[in-house]
Amino acid sequence: MNVVSIVTTALRELWGLFVEDGSFTIGIVLCIAIGIAILPRIAIPAEWRGAALFVILALVLLENVRRSARQ
Amino acid sequence: MNWTHAGTAFIAAFLASVVEFVEAFTIVLAVGTTRGWRSALIGTAAGVALLALLVIAFGPALQKIPLTTLQLVVGILLLLFGMRWLRKAILRSAGVIALHDETAIFERERATLEHDALARSRIDWVAFVASFKAVTLEGLEVVFIVIATGVGGMLFPAAFGAIVAGALVIVAAVALRAPLARVPENTLKFAVGVLLSAFGVFWIGEGLRFPWLGEDLALVALVAAFLIVSWLAVIIARSAARQRLPVTNGSAGGGAA
Repeated sequence: MNVVSIVTTALRELWGLFVEDGSFTIGIVLCIAIGIAILPRIAIPAEWRGAALFVILALVLLENVRRSARQ
Repeated sequence: MNWTHAGTAFIAAFLASVVEFVEAFTIVLAVGTTRGWRSALIGTAAGVALLALLVIAFGPALQKIPLTTLQLVVGILLLLFGMRWLRKAILRSAGVIALHDETAIFERERATLEHDALARSRIDWVAFVASFKAVTLEGLEVVFIVIATGVGGMLFPAAFGAIVAGALVIVAAVALRAPLARVPENTLKFAVGVLLSAFGVFWIGEGLRFPWLGEDLALVALVAAFLIVSWLAVIIARSAARQRLPVTNGSAGGGAA
């Protein structure tokens, strides 16, 4: 096993720690982007921003699980 | 010390570490019984040494990052990591993908190693690499979880949780001298996925300076909320799986984690 393949394997394993289903990961990243860019700008009380982030993440999880189970 | 945070960090690190230690131990046990303990243990020690080196090298650097930036970055990584575990545990609970079977993994690893029978030198490199890889990869997850759940001055309870988990698995494994097949791994993964996802949302909120209702108690509320959503997700997945045509198992991205 040469150095390049060791590094490639290590990077692939590292990637695999966080990403398994690509669409699910994209959904989570979009939720985080909404949390960063949109939630602070819309008219909801600041104390509810965290709860709003949780709700959109929960919807992404439920949709992905439903779709994965149907495949 | 904030006991809500400390307790949650300890439990999350403990449960996640039990899962990872059991997975690493299964491989090391298969290597040791098949190819001999000397090379298996040298590979294990080398893996532990590499992990210690990584912690020593990168640990102090984390102290220099501003806390809110660290909370945001760690929160994002925890959320990706935790929700990946949670999704898989939900699909396993719903019977959509197969449960993780330590006995089957042990037998498969042993068969591979026996098939690959090389002349034994002083160090059996096949055994060394297999043990080293298992310990490094599973250990990397433990290190990540301890650092991530320990953000904000909770490194000690998180590290203590991982140490207790490691000791418990080693004692149980030495006593049983067999793969720890009776560990309810999916239940643990379910609990860990819920805890890490809750931590992830909480740290992202802290990193973005969102004020939380109930302040630190919001973490407990997030754990409860993720638990309810996950329970709902299992019901939805079961219902959706019943509606599909019968297909081969593992079609929903069900590799070992």
